[in-house]
Amino acid sequence: MTLNSKIPAGPLETKWEKYKSTCKLVNPANKRQLEVIVIGTGLAGASAAASLGEMGYKVKAFCFQDSPRRAHSIAAQGGINAAKNYQNDGDSTYRLFYDTIKGGDYRSREGNVYRLASVSSNIIDQCVAQGVPFAREYGGLLSNRSFGGTQVQRTFYAAGQTGQQLLIGAYQALERQIALGNVKMYSRHEMLEIVMIDGKARGIIARDLVSGKLERHFGHAVLLCSGGYGNVFYLSTNAMGSNVTAIWKAHKQGAYFGNPCYTQIHPTCIPVSGDHQSKLTLMSESLRNDGRIWVPKEKGDTRKPNEIPEEERDYYLERRYPAFGNLVPRDVASRAAKERCDAGYGVGSSKQAVYLDFASAIMRYGKVEAGKKGVENVDDATIKQMGDEVVKEKYGNLFEMYEKITGEDPYKVPMRIYPAVHYTMGGLWVDYELMTNVPGLYSLGEANFSDHGANRLGASALMQGLADGYFVIPYTLGNNLADDIRTKAIPTDHPAFMAAEKEVSDRINRLMNIKGKESVESFHKRLGKIMWDKCGMARNAKGLQEAIEEIKALRKEFWSNVFIPGDINEYNPELDKAGRVADFIELGELMCVDALHRNESCGGHFREEYQTEDGEALRQDDQYMYVAAWEYKGDSNFELHKEELNYEVVHPSQRSYK
Amino acid sequence: MEHYNMNLTLKVWKQKNKNEKGRFETFNVKNISSEMSFLEMFDVLNEQLVAEGKEPIAFDHDCREGICGMCSMYINGRAHGPWHHTTTCQLHMREYKDGDTIVVEPWRANAFPVIKDLVVDRTSFDRIIQAGGYISVNTGNAVDANALPIDKQRADESFAAATCIGCGACVAACPNASAMLFVSAKVSHLALLPQGEPERKMRVVNMIEQMDKEGFGSCTNIGACEAECPKGISLENIARLNREYIGATFSGSAQHE
Amino acid sequence: MNWKQLFSTSVGKKLQMSLTGLFLILFLVVHCYVNAQVFRNDGGKSFNAYAHFMGTDYIIRTIEIGLFAFLFIHVIQGLVLYFRNRSLRNVRYAVSAGNKTSHWYSRSMALLGTLILLFLILHLSTFWGPNRYSQTIGNGELPLYDMMKDDFSQLWVVIVYVLGCFALSWHLVHGFYSAFQTLGLGTFRYKAAIKFVGVAFAIIIPLIFALMPISFYLNWIN
Repeated sequence: MTLNSKIPAGPLETKWEKYKSTCKLVNPANKRQLEVIVIGTGLAGASAAASLGEMGYKVKAFCFQDSPRRAHSIAAQGGINAAKNYQNDGDSTYRLFYDTIKGGDYRSREGNVYRLASVSSNIIDQCVAQGVPFAREYGGLLSNRSFGGTQVQRTFYAAGQTGQQLLIGAYQALERQIALGNVKMYSRHEMLEIVMIDGKARGIIARDLVSGKLERHFGHAVLLCSGGYGNVFYLSTNAMGSNVTAIWKAHKQGAYFGNPCYTQIHPTCIPVSGDHQSKLTLMSESLRNDGRIWVPKEKGDTRKPNEIPEEERDYYLERRYPAFGNLVPRDVASRAAKERCDAGYGVGSSKQAVYLDFASAIMRYGKVEAGKKGVENVDDATIKQMGDEVVKEKYGNLFEMYEKITGEDPYKVPMRIYPAVHYTMGGLWVDYELMTNVPGLYSLGEANFSDHGANRLGASALMQGLADGYFVIPYTLGNNLADDIRTKAIPTDHPAFMAAEKEVSDRINRLMNIKGKESVESFHKRLGKIMWDKCGMARNAKGLQEAIEEIKALRKEFWSNVFIPGDINEYNPELDKAGRVADFIELGELMCVDALHRNESCGGHFREEYQTEDGEALRQDDQYMYVAAWEYKGDSNFELHKEELNYEVVHPSQRSYK
Repeated sequence: MEHYNMNLTLKVWKQKNKNEKGRFETFNVKNISSEMSFLEMFDVLNEQLVAEGKEPIAFDHDCREGICGMCSMYINGRAHGPWHHTTTCQLHMREYKDGDTIVVEPWRANAFPVIKDLVVDRTSFDRIIQAGGYISVNTGNAVDANALPIDKQRADESFAAATCIGCGACVAACPNASAMLFVSAKVSHLALLPQGEPERKMRVVNMIEQMDKEGFGSCTNIGACEAECPKGISLENIARLNREYIGATFSGSAQHE
Repeated sequence: MNWKQLFSTSVGKKLQMSLTGLFLILFLVVHCYVNAQVFRNDGGKSFNAYAHFMGTDYIIRTIEIGLFAFLFIHVIQGLVLYFRNRSLRNVRYAVSAGNKTSHWYSRSMALLGTLILLFLILHLSTFWGPNRYSQTIGNGELPLYDMMKDDFSQLWVVIVYVLGCFALSWHLVHGFYSAFQTLGLGTFRYKAAIKFVGVAFAIIIPLIFALMPISFYLNWIN
């Protein structure tokens, strides 16, 4: 099967306009007959379900949480990018497009990314109209901040809770459609299978997580908006429930998985405190604007940070990257931290952490404040106090969060941070219309592979999720469903539904009947360790080969020794989790296969064999300028399909931050 | 910060499902690190139970960073435990010392029926939002985001109300099982913005009606909700809701959709 | 206009509590002013003059009917809300937050209100009831000042009155602020002022009332 990305012909700037003007439409009477299933209610899912409901489609939305408002988009802190150029600093659709392509290390599609940049403005308009309370200036207009090393201020934000506010906006739009009867909501439901009829996705099997009952739902189309799969690493900044199950089931039904190995490791997270650790908490990227990152110059230095004099500290980012200093992109900052810790310079009890120090910023701001107030001859304590106030104004909530978790006061002692898995650029392969290679099956938001290439820029995830849901799928779905208006709703006693349900039921029974000795949690932790050690921030061929074998063995052990308490037909979180971990194990293997095959370093994928002399990522454009789309051919059997990436407008170059 | 380990006695509410009666069960956990979060302590307990072949304790949780609003434990008489402006997932074990006994109950309100153990059904909150907690603007209807300047102070106040995470701690903490803080946060969020103006009156009337229908109590201004709200939503919002309601009642334009 | 809401919804019912409560607060001021005439220590001259006016003026008597109607609404609605609220949590908490998250008197408004009601019944059946009865059957007004002197010479009556004032005081500490909050006036700008005035009111008025039986008992007034 050849992969057709269906990028419209013509100049980059007019592709999407042309598509919208010429795509097929469905008239209102027919829309009422067409049923759409949406899996997941994060930014992509909620916005898609709401928009499609508004248009008149009959929508069924599913989420595993107790309410659509809980989806993990809610935890995004920093902001959302849009090429509004409200700051008059030279921003434009093209610049946002260019920054995103470059940030993705030239591994994404020009056509998709340009469309993303061009609808970014509409997103902000839509959200403001919905009542999203973005930060404003005293003049009453929207405020912007800079983010992730771009040269313009294009990030819109609502304090440190932008994701929450955007999701609440989409959630409210969704609830309105539920009230109007256009969307039917199924919370505490998990999708466990795609139902295929005549080569098309025509429905799902879902499990009611409260009663444990399996349900069959028909849809003319199925939209997977189930988010990323960072939890394959066990520890990540994802929510505990975030999982790959929906897209993994789709993958096993024939949908190709694009670039599974591209994982974003965020440099500033609160480090692991012990074996009990269940998840990691992000400290916003914005902290790197004022915090200085350092480790002691001496290996294994056990002194308290404040006892280490200035000249015995190694500000390694400033040393290695004088031009960008502490503000290098996420992948670069993460790898540098790992390099120091691996070399034995790590700090804290685990030695897997570096300092993020605000002392000099506090004094700097304090002096500015003292200057503003015209006070002279002040002692250091007063200056520090003034500086504390300024820093509190800027980062107060983050400092508070840090103190709650660690019990340490970051105004007095430097923060300890370490990189953590944060986002997965890979996902189901989709074409320009967000449809997978399986007809009728779509994927939106983090669940698909598009737009971010090998590395995502800060504040772009929210943008993509909402672009897909509000502004792309309403057009592209219609273009495809226009051919389906004569398809009557298929009754769910169709043999394909029965077979799919039986498949799911058998698998659940199999899991329950293993009655082994080891907990699901324990298997998940073991998988996470393999993935983090061998397919994490830095990878090499030997490690990946080992990892593949270890994962295969782990899978075998899982299916013979896992223990799941409780019953099937009741609320049983252990059973839910077992299904998810079983899928993570299979995905983990594919990620390693993909990482092993990609003999280059790019963005979030760093292969130790492919680096420059001073340790920077080295791409191999001549061999790997393609999307790796993997087809599932059976256990441990994946076939590679390549979608070549053609750069017509941008010329790929080596990224440099020195 | 000195780290230490502790042994604890937990009295936890166990309830098979909505229809069966629940009761307290006592569990002992050993070697709990002061660095664990409260939910990680529960993870340890659950792993221990699974190892013994028993069913673990069901509890709601997801983001574990205090923003999704899913976690919901009533700990020693306190919604989300004793820390100020904190969700259960952010509560850490350094709050406790060796030998402590901790009683953990689910949110208790008829409008939040127990699903299992500490898990409750909060879909009543969703239905209140469905009654009017939104601005009716279809995708594509928006004007330019800067077409309408909004007073910064109002925008900030609106944001403060909009930070509600819908966890239900206000209901759990309220002796009347009232949802007024939740409803008022949404009413305030939207009433403070010009975009919310057209539906302002209808919204407050319909949301209050739904709130009553769901079986939440009435507000007697006790203030326990504000004290326990992990996001610091202020009682000011309830005053605003009352104002909005009086305005809608006496201005005459409050009609059902 | 949608008046129905005032009677059907929880917020409407609370508004009734607030408005009737504020009216009762106003009444307390008048009642207190009139009764405080005893402190003139003029052998009841001023007091009796006011009492005569209050007992015979047609406008006042009309308002009195309103007062009882409002009191009735306040009591009934309060009890209705109390019992409804209580019924909305079938399974109670094993451990409660106690005073860590709220004040005991805020949680005990129904109890305090009931105590006040019991006191009121006693109080009305001692003074107001017999007086109106006497007026109605044509025997004229009773010598209220002398009756007070008589009654307040008994220690147990004094104690009951002081306890009644105590309950009133705590009821007002919460009730005064709460009435304004329910009317939507508890904004940042006024909240502190309302709370301050409320507490001051809740201390001063019941204190003046309580001083009356005490003063009679201790012969500060004669």
